[in-house]
Amino acid sequence: MRAFVPALADRRLLPQGGTRLTPWLIGVLMFVAVLVGAAGLAIANAAATVASGAEQRWSIQLPAGGRSMGAVVAAAGQAQGVAAVSPVPDEQVRGLLQRWLGPEAASADLPVPGLIDVELRPGANGNDLQRRVAVVAPGARVQSFPEQLGPMLRGLRTLQGLTFALLVLLGAAIAAAVMLATRGAYDTHRSTVAVLHGIGATDQQLAALFQQRMARETLVGGSAGAIVALVLVLLMLATLDDGTIVAVGGSPLKPLDIILLGALPFATALLALLVARATIIAALRADP
Amino acid sequence: MRENQRGEKGWAKVSGADAIAEFDSVGLRYGTGAEVLKDLDLRLLRGGFTYLTGASGAGKTSLLKLLYLAQRPTRGRIRLFGEELSHAPRAALPGFRRRIGVVFQDFRLVRHLSAFDNVALPLRIARRPESEIAVSVRELLEWVGLADRSAAHPPTLSGGEQQRVAIARAVVGHPELLVADEPTGNVDADMAKRLLHLFERLNELGTTVLVATHDLSLIAATKGAQLMRLDGGQLVDPTGLLRHPPPRTRAAG
Repeated sequence: MRAFVPALADRRLLPQGGTRLTPWLIGVLMFVAVLVGAAGLAIANAAATVASGAEQRWSIQLPAGGRSMGAVVAAAGQAQGVAAVSPVPDEQVRGLLQRWLGPEAASADLPVPGLIDVELRPGANGNDLQRRVAVVAPGARVQSFPEQLGPMLRGLRTLQGLTFALLVLLGAAIAAAVMLATRGAYDTHRSTVAVLHGIGATDQQLAALFQQRMARETLVGGSAGAIVALVLVLLMLATLDDGTIVAVGGSPLKPLDIILLGALPFATALLALLVARATIIAALRADP
Repeated sequence: MRENQRGEKGWAKVSGADAIAEFDSVGLRYGTGAEVLKDLDLRLLRGGFTYLTGASGAGKTSLLKLLYLAQRPTRGRIRLFGEELSHAPRAALPGFRRRIGVVFQDFRLVRHLSAFDNVALPLRIARRPESEIAVSVRELLEWVGLADRSAAHPPTLSGGEQQRVAIARAVVGHPELLVADEPTGNVDADMAKRLLHLFERLNELGTTVLVATHDLSLIAATKGAQLMRLDGGQLVDPTGLLRHPPPRTRAAG
Protein backbone atom coordinates (compact mmCIF):
# COMPACT_ATOMS: atom_id res chain seq x y z
CA MET A 1 0.00 0.00 0.00
CA ARG A 2 2.95 2.29 0.68
CA ALA A 3 3.73 2.45 -3.03
CA PHE A 4 0.36 4.09 -3.57
CA VAL A 5 1.06 6.90 -1.11
CA PRO A 6 4.76 7.61 -1.40
CA ALA A 7 6.48 10.65 0.04
CA LEU A 8 7.91 11.37 -3.40
CA ALA A 9 4.53 11.97 -4.94
CA ASP A 10 3.89 14.78 -2.48
CA ARG A 11 7.06 16.55 -3.54
CA ARG A 12 5.70 17.93 -6.79
CA LEU A 13 8.44 16.19 -8.72
CA LEU A 14 6.35 16.64 -11.82
CA PRO A 15 5.42 20.20 -12.70
CA GLN A 16 1.78 21.03 -12.14
CA GLY A 17 -0.57 21.57 -15.02
CA GLY A 18 -0.02 19.98 -18.38
CA THR A 19 -3.00 17.70 -18.94
CA ARG A 20 -5.70 20.36 -18.59
CA LEU A 21 -7.95 18.68 -21.14
CA THR A 22 -8.26 15.45 -19.17
CA PRO A 23 -10.60 16.71 -16.40
CA TRP A 24 -12.92 18.22 -19.00
CA LEU A 25 -13.01 15.04 -21.02
CA ILE A 26 -13.59 12.94 -17.92
CA GLY A 27 -16.26 15.42 -16.81
CA VAL A 28 -18.22 15.04 -20.05
CA LEU A 29 -17.91 11.26 -19.99
CA MET A 30 -18.97 11.17 -16.35
CA PHE A 31 -21.97 13.40 -17.09
CA VAL A 32 -23.13 10.89 -19.71
CA ALA A 33 -22.29 7.94 -17.46
CA VAL A 34 -24.41 9.27 -14.59
CA LEU A 35 -27.36 9.89 -16.90
CA VAL A 36 -27.04 6.43 -18.41
CA GLY A 37 -26.61 4.95 -14.94
CA ALA A 38 -29.72 6.78 -13.71
CA ALA A 39 -31.70 5.47 -16.68
CA GLY A 40 -30.42 1.95 -16.06
CA LEU A 41 -31.34 2.07 -12.38
CA ALA A 42 -34.78 3.51 -13.15
CA ILE A 43 -35.39 0.71 -15.65
CA ALA A 44 -34.17 -1.87 -13.15
CA ASN A 45 -36.49 -0.44 -10.50
CA ALA A 46 -39.42 -0.45 -12.93
CA ALA A 47 -38.73 -4.05 -13.90
CA ALA A 48 -38.53 -5.03 -10.24
CA THR A 49 -41.81 -3.26 -9.49
CA VAL A 50 -43.53 -4.96 -12.42
CA ALA A 51 -42.15 -8.35 -11.51
CA SER A 52 -42.83 -8.07 -7.77
CA GLY A 53 -45.96 -9.94 -6.75
CA ALA A 54 -46.71 -10.94 -10.33
CA GLU A 55 -45.93 -14.58 -9.59
CA GLN A 56 -49.17 -15.11 -7.73
CA ARG A 57 -51.38 -12.94 -9.91
CA TRP A 58 -53.52 -14.16 -12.79
CA SER A 59 -56.05 -12.53 -15.03
CA ILE A 60 -59.08 -13.88 -16.83
CA GLN A 61 -60.18 -12.22 -20.07
CA LEU A 62 -63.74 -12.77 -21.27
CA PRO A 63 -63.96 -11.80 -24.96
CA ALA A 64 -67.73 -11.86 -24.88
CA GLY A 65 -67.79 -9.10 -22.32
CA GLY A 66 -69.38 -9.31 -18.95
CA ARG A 67 -72.21 -11.76 -19.82
CA SER A 68 -70.57 -14.80 -18.20
CA MET A 69 -68.78 -12.71 -15.57
CA GLY A 70 -70.79 -13.95 -12.60
CA ALA A 71 -70.36 -17.64 -13.45
CA VAL A 72 -66.63 -17.24 -14.06
CA VAL A 73 -66.12 -15.33 -10.81
CA ALA A 74 -67.94 -18.06 -8.93
CA ALA A 75 -65.96 -20.84 -10.65
CA ALA A 76 -62.68 -19.06 -10.04
CA GLY A 77 -63.53 -18.53 -6.38
CA GLN A 78 -63.95 -22.29 -5.92
CA ALA A 79 -60.67 -23.18 -7.65
CA GLN A 80 -57.85 -24.67 -5.57
CA GLY A 81 -55.29 -22.19 -4.17
CA VAL A 82 -57.27 -19.05 -5.06
CA ALA A 83 -57.00 -16.33 -2.41
CA ALA A 84 -59.02 -13.55 -4.01
CA VAL A 85 -61.07 -12.89 -7.13
CA SER A 86 -61.80 -9.29 -8.21
CA PRO A 87 -63.72 -8.40 -11.36
CA VAL A 88 -62.28 -5.23 -12.95
CA PRO A 89 -65.08 -2.64 -13.27
CA ASP A 90 -66.15 -1.94 -16.84
CA GLU A 91 -65.37 1.81 -16.39
CA GLN A 92 -61.82 0.99 -15.41
CA VAL A 93 -61.34 -1.19 -18.51
CA ARG A 94 -62.77 1.58 -20.73
CA GLY A 95 -60.51 4.07 -18.96
CA LEU A 96 -57.47 1.94 -19.80
CA LEU A 97 -58.58 1.62 -23.42
CA GLN A 98 -59.07 5.38 -23.70
CA ARG A 99 -55.29 5.82 -23.70
CA TRP A 100 -55.14 4.00 -27.04
CA LEU A 101 -58.58 4.49 -28.55
CA GLY A 102 -59.42 7.99 -27.38
CA PRO A 103 -62.81 9.18 -26.09
CA GLU A 104 -64.63 6.63 -28.29
CA ALA A 105 -63.60 3.94 -25.83
CA ALA A 106 -66.07 5.38 -23.34
CA SER A 107 -68.96 4.71 -25.73
CA ALA A 108 -71.28 1.96 -24.58
CA ASP A 109 -71.45 0.75 -28.20
CA LEU A 110 -67.86 -0.37 -28.09
CA PRO A 111 -67.66 -3.94 -26.81
CA VAL A 112 -64.91 -4.35 -24.24
CA PRO A 113 -63.66 -7.62 -22.80
CA GLY A 114 -64.49 -8.54 -19.25
CA LEU A 115 -61.46 -8.68 -16.94
CA ILE A 116 -61.08 -10.54 -13.66
CA ASP A 117 -58.02 -10.32 -11.41
CA VAL A 118 -57.20 -13.48 -9.45
CA GLU A 119 -54.67 -13.82 -6.68
CA LEU A 120 -53.38 -17.25 -5.75
CA ARG A 121 -51.99 -18.29 -2.40
CA PRO A 122 -48.18 -18.65 -2.27
CA GLY A 123 -47.08 -21.99 -3.70
CA ALA A 124 -50.37 -22.63 -5.52
CA ASN A 125 -50.52 -23.12 -9.28
CA GLY A 126 -53.26 -22.07 -11.68
CA ASN A 127 -54.13 -25.49 -13.13
CA ASP A 128 -57.39 -25.89 -11.27
CA LEU A 129 -58.36 -22.29 -12.02
CA GLN A 130 -57.77 -22.79 -15.75
CA ARG A 131 -59.77 -26.05 -15.73
CA ARG A 132 -62.78 -24.58 -13.90
CA VAL A 133 -62.92 -21.40 -16.02
CA ALA A 134 -62.72 -23.44 -19.25
CA VAL A 135 -65.81 -25.32 -18.14
CA VAL A 136 -68.01 -22.23 -17.60
CA ALA A 137 -66.48 -19.96 -20.30
CA PRO A 138 -64.72 -21.96 -23.02
CA GLY A 139 -63.43 -18.86 -24.90
CA ALA A 140 -61.92 -17.20 -21.81
CA ARG A 141 -58.16 -16.57 -21.61
CA VAL A 142 -56.60 -17.42 -18.28
CA GLN A 143 -53.08 -16.11 -18.02
CA SER A 144 -50.57 -15.62 -15.26
CA PHE A 145 -49.08 -12.12 -14.91
CA PRO A 146 -45.51 -13.31 -15.52
CA GLU A 147 -46.72 -14.83 -18.78
CA GLN A 148 -48.55 -11.64 -19.73
CA LEU A 149 -45.74 -9.34 -18.69
CA GLY A 150 -42.99 -11.52 -20.13
CA PRO A 151 -42.42 -9.49 -23.30
CA MET A 152 -42.39 -6.23 -21.36
CA LEU A 153 -40.05 -7.60 -18.69
CA ARG A 154 -37.77 -8.98 -21.39
CA GLY A 155 -37.80 -5.56 -23.06
CA LEU A 156 -36.99 -3.82 -19.77
CA ARG A 157 -34.19 -6.27 -19.05
CA THR A 158 -32.77 -5.77 -22.53
CA LEU A 159 -32.79 -2.02 -21.96
CA GLN A 160 -31.18 -2.57 -18.59
CA GLY A 161 -28.49 -4.69 -20.25
CA LEU A 162 -27.96 -2.00 -22.87
CA THR A 163 -27.46 0.69 -20.25
CA PHE A 164 -25.02 -1.60 -18.44
CA ALA A 165 -23.14 -2.18 -21.69
CA LEU A 166 -23.10 1.59 -22.28
CA LEU A 167 -21.71 2.12 -18.79
CA VAL A 168 -18.99 -0.43 -19.48
CA LEU A 169 -18.18 1.33 -22.75
CA LEU A 170 -18.05 4.69 -20.98
CA GLY A 171 -15.77 3.15 -18.36
CA ALA A 172 -13.55 1.85 -21.15
CA ALA A 173 -13.56 5.31 -22.76
CA ILE A 174 -12.53 6.88 -19.45
CA ALA A 175 -9.79 4.26 -19.02
CA ALA A 176 -8.57 4.94 -22.56
CA ALA A 177 -8.58 8.70 -21.93
CA VAL A 178 -6.60 8.20 -18.72
CA MET A 179 -4.16 5.89 -20.48
CA LEU A 180 -3.55 8.38 -23.29
CA ALA A 181 -3.20 11.27 -20.85
CA THR A 182 -0.78 9.23 -18.73
CA ARG A 183 1.30 8.30 -21.79
CA GLY A 184 1.33 11.96 -22.79
CA ALA A 185 2.41 13.05 -19.34
CA TYR A 186 5.06 10.33 -19.27
CA ASP A 187 6.46 11.46 -22.62
CA THR A 188 6.44 15.08 -21.47
CA HIS A 189 8.30 14.28 -18.26
CA ARG A 190 10.50 11.53 -19.64
CA SER A 191 13.72 13.37 -18.79
CA THR A 192 12.64 13.80 -15.16
CA VAL A 193 11.64 10.15 -15.01
CA ALA A 194 15.02 9.14 -16.44
CA VAL A 195 16.82 11.15 -13.76
CA LEU A 196 14.74 9.69 -10.95
CA HIS A 197 15.10 6.21 -12.39
CA GLY A 198 18.85 6.65 -12.69
CA ILE A 199 19.27 7.62 -9.07
CA GLY A 200 17.34 4.68 -7.74
CA ALA A 201 13.61 5.42 -7.88
CA THR A 202 11.58 2.23 -8.16
CA ASP A 203 8.90 1.69 -10.80
CA GLN A 204 6.29 1.97 -8.05
CA GLN A 205 7.64 5.33 -6.88
CA LEU A 206 7.65 6.65 -10.44
CA ALA A 207 4.18 5.28 -11.18
CA ALA A 208 2.89 6.94 -8.02
CA LEU A 209 3.86 10.36 -9.37
CA PHE A 210 1.50 9.89 -12.30
CA GLN A 211 -1.23 7.77 -10.77
CA GLN A 212 -2.00 10.27 -8.03
CA ARG A 213 -2.20 13.09 -10.52
CA MET A 214 -4.47 11.14 -12.86
CA ALA A 215 -6.70 10.03 -9.97
CA ARG A 216 -6.94 13.65 -8.79
CA GLU A 217 -7.79 14.98 -12.25
CA THR A 218 -10.33 12.23 -12.79
CA LEU A 219 -11.94 12.93 -9.43
CA VAL A 220 -12.15 16.66 -10.12
CA GLY A 221 -13.51 16.30 -13.66
CA GLY A 222 -15.69 13.33 -12.77
CA SER A 223 -17.21 15.05 -9.73
CA ALA A 224 -18.09 18.12 -11.77
CA GLY A 225 -19.73 16.01 -14.49
CA ALA A 226 -21.54 13.86 -11.95
CA ILE A 227 -22.84 16.85 -9.97
CA VAL A 228 -24.31 18.47 -13.09
CA ALA A 229 -25.88 15.17 -14.17
CA LEU A 230 -27.28 14.46 -10.71
CA VAL A 231 -28.83 17.92 -10.49
CA LEU A 232 -30.46 17.26 -13.84
CA VAL A 233 -31.74 13.86 -12.69
CA LEU A 234 -33.12 15.31 -9.45
CA LEU A 235 -34.85 18.10 -11.38
CA MET A 236 -36.43 15.50 -13.66
CA LEU A 237 -37.58 13.49 -10.64
CA ALA A 238 -39.05 16.63 -9.11
CA THR A 239 -41.15 17.27 -12.21
CA LEU A 240 -42.85 13.83 -12.02
CA ASP A 241 -46.47 14.13 -10.86
CA ASP A 242 -47.96 11.86 -8.23
CA GLY A 243 -49.95 9.92 -10.85
CA THR A 244 -46.79 8.93 -12.72
CA ILE A 245 -45.05 7.93 -9.50
CA VAL A 246 -48.03 5.73 -8.56
CA ALA A 247 -48.18 4.29 -12.09
CA VAL A 248 -44.52 3.20 -11.98
CA GLY A 249 -44.88 1.88 -8.46
CA GLY A 250 -42.91 4.60 -6.65
CA SER A 251 -40.12 7.05 -7.43
CA PRO A 252 -38.02 5.78 -10.36
CA LEU A 253 -34.83 6.29 -8.31
CA LYS A 254 -34.39 5.38 -4.66
CA PRO A 255 -32.07 7.30 -2.29
CA LEU A 256 -29.59 4.42 -2.50
CA ASP A 257 -29.53 4.82 -6.29
CA ILE A 258 -28.59 8.49 -5.94
CA ILE A 259 -25.80 7.54 -3.51
CA LEU A 260 -24.62 4.90 -5.98
CA LEU A 261 -24.54 7.44 -8.80
CA GLY A 262 -22.76 9.93 -6.55
CA ALA A 263 -20.08 7.31 -5.86
CA LEU A 264 -19.29 6.90 -9.57
CA PRO A 265 -16.59 9.63 -9.64
CA PHE A 266 -14.76 7.95 -6.74
CA ALA A 267 -14.92 4.54 -8.42
CA THR A 268 -13.68 6.15 -11.63
CA ALA A 269 -10.84 7.87 -9.80
CA LEU A 270 -9.78 4.47 -8.47
CA LEU A 271 -10.00 3.09 -12.01
CA ALA A 272 -7.85 6.01 -13.24
CA LEU A 273 -5.29 5.34 -10.52
CA LEU A 274 -4.97 1.70 -11.52
CA VAL A 275 -4.89 2.44 -15.26
CA ALA A 276 -2.24 5.16 -14.83
CA ARG A 277 -0.17 2.87 -12.63
CA ALA A 278 -0.33 0.01 -15.14
CA THR A 279 0.47 2.40 -18.01
CA ILE A 280 3.58 3.80 -16.35
CA ILE A 281 4.85 0.45 -15.18
CA ALA A 282 4.40 -0.93 -18.70
CA ALA A 283 6.22 2.08 -20.17
CA LEU A 284 9.08 1.75 -17.69
CA ARG A 285 9.59 -1.88 -18.67
CA ALA A 286 11.16 -0.60 -21.90
CA ASP A 287 14.05 0.75 -19.79
CA PRO A 288 16.77 -1.49 -18.36
CA MET B 1 37.72 4.09 7.42
CA ARG B 2 38.31 1.54 4.73
CA GLU B 3 41.89 1.24 3.55
CA ASN B 4 42.59 3.20 0.44
CA GLN B 5 43.93 0.72 -2.06
CA ARG B 6 45.38 3.12 -4.56
CA GLY B 7 49.08 3.47 -5.17
CA GLU B 8 51.49 0.64 -5.33
CA LYS B 9 48.92 -2.14 -4.98
CA GLY B 10 48.77 -3.75 -8.39
CA TRP B 11 45.58 -4.83 -10.09
CA ALA B 12 46.86 -8.35 -10.59
CA LYS B 13 46.71 -8.92 -6.85
CA VAL B 14 43.13 -7.84 -6.61
CA SER B 15 40.78 -10.65 -5.83
CA GLY B 16 37.12 -10.60 -6.85
CA ALA B 17 36.12 -9.88 -3.27
CA ASP B 18 38.09 -6.60 -3.30
CA ALA B 19 36.55 -5.42 -6.51
CA ILE B 20 33.45 -3.22 -6.43
CA ALA B 21 32.88 -3.75 -10.16
CA GLU B 22 34.02 -6.52 -12.46
CA PHE B 23 33.47 -6.78 -16.19
CA ASP B 24 34.02 -10.11 -17.83
CA SER B 25 34.15 -10.18 -21.66
CA VAL B 26 31.52 -7.46 -21.77
CA GLY B 27 30.18 -6.26 -25.09
CA LEU B 28 27.54 -3.63 -25.79
CA ARG B 29 25.67 -2.70 -28.91
CA TYR B 30 22.69 -0.41 -29.36
CA GLY B 31 19.95 -2.03 -31.39
CA THR B 32 21.37 -3.77 -34.42
CA GLY B 33 24.38 -1.46 -34.75
CA ALA B 34 28.01 -2.41 -34.36
CA GLU B 35 29.39 -3.09 -30.90
CA VAL B 36 30.38 0.12 -29.14
CA LEU B 37 32.16 -1.79 -26.38
CA LYS B 38 34.05 -5.01 -27.09
CA ASP B 39 35.46 -7.69 -24.84
CA LEU B 40 35.87 -5.48 -21.79
CA ASP B 41 37.60 -7.16 -18.89
CA LEU B 42 38.15 -4.90 -15.95
CA ARG B 43 37.99 -4.69 -12.20
CA LEU B 44 37.47 -1.57 -10.18
CA LEU B 45 39.04 -1.79 -6.75
CA ARG B 46 36.80 -1.04 -3.82
CA GLY B 47 38.04 2.30 -2.57
CA GLY B 48 40.02 3.01 -5.73
CA PHE B 49 40.21 6.21 -7.75
CA THR B 50 40.24 5.69 -11.49
CA TYR B 51 40.23 7.96 -14.49
CA LEU B 52 38.75 6.88 -17.77
CA THR B 53 40.04 8.61 -20.87
CA GLY B 54 39.59 8.18 -24.57
CA ALA B 55 38.64 10.11 -27.64
CA SER B 56 35.08 11.18 -28.27
CA GLY B 57 33.08 8.16 -29.40
CA ALA B 58 35.53 5.72 -27.83
CA GLY B 59 32.76 4.37 -25.60
CA LYS B 60 33.42 6.15 -22.29
CA THR B 61 29.81 7.16 -21.70
CA SER B 62 28.61 3.68 -22.72
CA LEU B 63 30.98 2.10 -20.23
CA LEU B 64 29.75 4.46 -17.52
CA LYS B 65 26.12 3.60 -18.40
CA LEU B 66 26.90 -0.05 -17.81
CA LEU B 67 28.44 0.86 -14.49
CA TYR B 68 25.54 2.95 -13.24
CA LEU B 69 23.06 0.36 -14.54
CA ALA B 70 21.46 2.49 -17.22
CA GLN B 71 22.29 -0.19 -19.76
CA ARG B 72 22.64 -3.92 -19.71
CA PRO B 73 25.50 -5.55 -21.58
CA THR B 74 24.69 -7.31 -24.82
CA ARG B 75 27.08 -10.05 -23.81
CA GLY B 76 29.45 -10.89 -21.02
CA ARG B 77 28.92 -10.50 -17.30
CA ILE B 78 29.01 -7.57 -14.90
CA ARG B 79 29.35 -7.91 -11.17
CA LEU B 80 28.64 -4.90 -8.99
CA PHE B 81 28.98 -4.88 -5.22
CA GLY B 82 29.68 -8.59 -5.48
CA GLU B 83 26.41 -9.37 -7.29
CA GLU B 84 25.99 -10.58 -10.83
CA LEU B 85 23.72 -7.93 -12.32
CA SER B 86 23.83 -8.55 -16.07
CA HIS B 87 20.59 -10.49 -15.93
CA ALA B 88 19.26 -9.36 -12.56
CA PRO B 89 15.51 -8.64 -12.46
CA ARG B 90 14.55 -4.99 -12.96
CA ALA B 91 13.08 -4.78 -9.49
CA ALA B 92 16.49 -5.54 -7.99
CA LEU B 93 18.30 -2.68 -9.74
CA PRO B 94 17.00 0.44 -7.92
CA GLY B 95 18.57 -0.76 -4.69
CA PHE B 96 21.95 -0.99 -6.41
CA ARG B 97 21.49 2.33 -8.22
CA ARG B 98 21.07 4.03 -4.84
CA ARG B 99 24.57 2.88 -3.95
CA ILE B 100 25.96 4.67 -6.99
CA GLY B 101 26.34 8.42 -7.40
CA VAL B 102 26.31 9.66 -10.97
CA VAL B 103 27.44 12.99 -12.37
CA PHE B 104 26.00 13.17 -15.87
CA GLN B 105 27.81 15.02 -18.60
CA ASP B 106 24.65 17.02 -19.33
CA PHE B 107 23.89 17.45 -15.58
CA ARG B 108 20.29 16.18 -15.90
CA LEU B 109 18.91 18.44 -13.25
CA VAL B 110 15.14 18.54 -12.83
CA ARG B 111 14.27 21.96 -14.24
CA HIS B 112 11.27 22.78 -12.11
CA LEU B 113 12.95 21.86 -8.82
CA SER B 114 15.20 24.19 -6.85
CA ALA B 115 18.90 23.45 -6.42
CA PHE B 116 18.08 22.28 -2.90
CA ASP B 117 15.37 19.88 -4.08
CA ASN B 118 17.58 18.58 -6.88
CA VAL B 119 20.33 17.74 -4.42
CA ALA B 120 17.79 16.23 -2.03
CA LEU B 121 16.37 13.84 -4.64
CA PRO B 122 18.50 10.75 -3.89
CA LEU B 123 17.77 11.08 -0.18
CA ARG B 124 14.04 11.49 -0.76
CA ILE B 125 13.99 8.49 -3.06
CA ALA B 126 15.72 6.58 -0.28
CA ARG B 127 13.01 7.90 2.12
CA ARG B 128 15.43 9.55 4.52
CA PRO B 129 13.90 11.82 7.17
CA GLU B 130 13.49 15.45 6.10
CA SER B 131 15.54 16.71 9.05
CA GLU B 132 18.50 14.64 7.91
CA ILE B 133 17.96 15.71 4.30
CA ALA B 134 17.99 19.41 5.21
CA VAL B 135 21.30 19.11 7.05
CA SER B 136 23.02 17.01 4.38
CA VAL B 137 21.84 19.13 1.46
CA ARG B 138 22.78 22.45 3.08
CA GLU B 139 26.20 21.10 3.94
CA LEU B 140 26.80 19.92 0.38
CA LEU B 141 25.50 23.12 -1.22
CA GLU B 142 27.79 25.11 1.04
CA TRP B 143 30.67 22.88 0.05
CA VAL B 144 30.15 23.47 -3.65
CA GLY B 145 29.71 27.19 -3.03
CA LEU B 146 25.99 27.37 -3.74
CA ALA B 147 24.56 27.93 -0.26
CA ASP B 148 23.05 31.23 -1.36
CA ARG B 149 21.59 29.68 -4.54
CA SER B 150 19.72 26.83 -2.91
CA ALA B 151 16.32 28.20 -3.94
CA ALA B 152 17.38 28.87 -7.52
CA HIS B 153 16.06 26.70 -10.34
CA PRO B 154 18.40 25.18 -12.94
CA PRO B 155 17.42 27.52 -15.79
CA THR B 156 18.59 30.45 -13.68
CA LEU B 157 21.93 28.81 -12.82
CA SER B 158 25.07 29.10 -14.92
CA GLY B 159 26.55 25.98 -16.51
CA GLY B 160 29.16 25.76 -13.78
CA GLU B 161 26.57 26.16 -11.05
CA GLN B 162 24.41 23.47 -12.60
CA GLN B 163 27.38 21.16 -12.72
CA ARG B 164 28.08 21.76 -9.05
CA VAL B 165 24.47 21.03 -8.18
CA ALA B 166 24.74 17.81 -10.21
CA ILE B 167 27.88 16.84 -8.32
CA ALA B 168 26.29 17.64 -4.97
CA ARG B 169 23.33 15.46 -5.92
CA ALA B 170 25.65 12.61 -6.89
CA VAL B 171 27.53 12.61 -3.62
CA VAL B 172 24.86 13.61 -1.10
CA GLY B 173 23.93 10.01 -0.38
CA HIS B 174 27.55 9.01 0.32
CA PRO B 175 27.55 6.49 -2.52
CA GLU B 176 29.84 3.49 -2.49
CA LEU B 177 30.64 4.12 -6.13
CA LEU B 178 30.83 7.56 -7.72
CA VAL B 179 30.75 7.72 -11.51
CA ALA B 180 31.37 11.10 -13.10
CA ASP B 181 31.24 11.94 -16.78
CA GLU B 182 33.37 15.03 -17.50
CA PRO B 183 32.56 16.54 -14.11
CA THR B 184 34.79 19.59 -14.50
CA GLY B 185 33.93 20.43 -18.07
CA ASN B 186 31.99 23.59 -17.20
CA VAL B 187 33.81 24.97 -14.18
CA ASP B 188 36.85 27.20 -13.82
CA ALA B 189 40.20 25.89 -12.67
CA ASP B 190 39.64 26.86 -9.04
CA MET B 191 36.28 25.12 -8.86
CA ALA B 192 37.71 22.10 -10.71
CA LYS B 193 40.35 21.85 -7.98
CA ARG B 194 37.72 22.09 -5.27
CA LEU B 195 35.57 19.45 -6.91
CA LEU B 196 38.56 17.18 -7.32
CA HIS B 197 39.33 17.69 -3.64
CA LEU B 198 35.73 16.73 -2.86
CA PHE B 199 36.10 13.54 -4.90
CA GLU B 200 39.38 12.74 -3.17
CA ARG B 201 37.84 13.36 0.22
CA LEU B 202 34.96 11.03 -0.64
CA ASN B 203 37.48 8.51 -1.89
CA GLU B 204 39.36 8.71 1.40
CA LEU B 205 36.09 8.01 3.16
CA GLY B 206 35.76 4.82 1.13
CA THR B 207 33.86 5.81 -1.99
CA THR B 208 35.18 4.24 -5.14
CA VAL B 209 35.55 6.95 -7.78
CA LEU B 210 35.57 6.63 -11.54
CA VAL B 211 35.90 9.83 -13.53
CA ALA B 212 35.67 10.02 -17.30
CA THR B 213 37.58 13.06 -18.46
CA HIS B 214 39.73 14.63 -21.14
CA ASP B 215 41.29 16.94 -18.56
CA LEU B 216 44.91 15.85 -18.30
CA SER B 217 45.64 18.36 -15.55
CA LEU B 218 42.96 16.72 -13.43
CA ILE B 219 44.55 13.31 -13.99
CA ALA B 220 47.99 14.65 -13.19
CA ALA B 221 46.74 16.27 -9.98
CA THR B 222 45.44 13.03 -8.51
CA LYS B 223 48.37 11.10 -7.16
CA GLY B 224 48.16 7.37 -7.54
CA ALA B 225 44.92 7.29 -9.46
CA GLN B 226 44.49 4.46 -11.87
CA LEU B 227 44.02 5.22 -15.52
CA MET B 228 41.95 3.42 -18.11
CA ARG B 229 41.90 4.38 -21.74
CA LEU B 230 39.26 3.37 -24.21
CA ASP B 231 39.90 3.24 -27.89
CA GLY B 232 37.33 1.98 -30.37
CA GLY B 233 35.31 0.38 -27.59
CA GLN B 234 38.24 -1.55 -26.16
CA LEU B 235 40.49 -0.90 -23.20
CA VAL B 236 44.08 -0.24 -24.22
CA ASP B 237 47.31 0.25 -22.33
CA PRO B 238 49.70 1.87 -24.71
CA THR B 239 52.08 3.32 -22.12
CA GLY B 240 52.48 0.30 -19.93
CA LEU B 241 51.65 2.49 -16.93
CA LEU B 242 47.99 1.79 -17.27
CA ARG B 243 46.78 -1.20 -15.42
CA HIS B 244 43.49 -2.10 -17.05
CA PRO B 245 42.62 -4.70 -17.96
CA PRO B 246 44.71 -6.75 -15.55
CA PRO B 247 46.93 -9.09 -17.55
CA ARG B 248 45.14 -12.42 -17.54
CA THR B 249 48.39 -14.40 -17.11
CA ARG B 250 49.37 -12.41 -14.01
CA ALA B 251 45.89 -12.49 -12.61
CA ALA B 252 45.81 -16.23 -13.04
CA GLY B 253 49.22 -16.61 -11.44
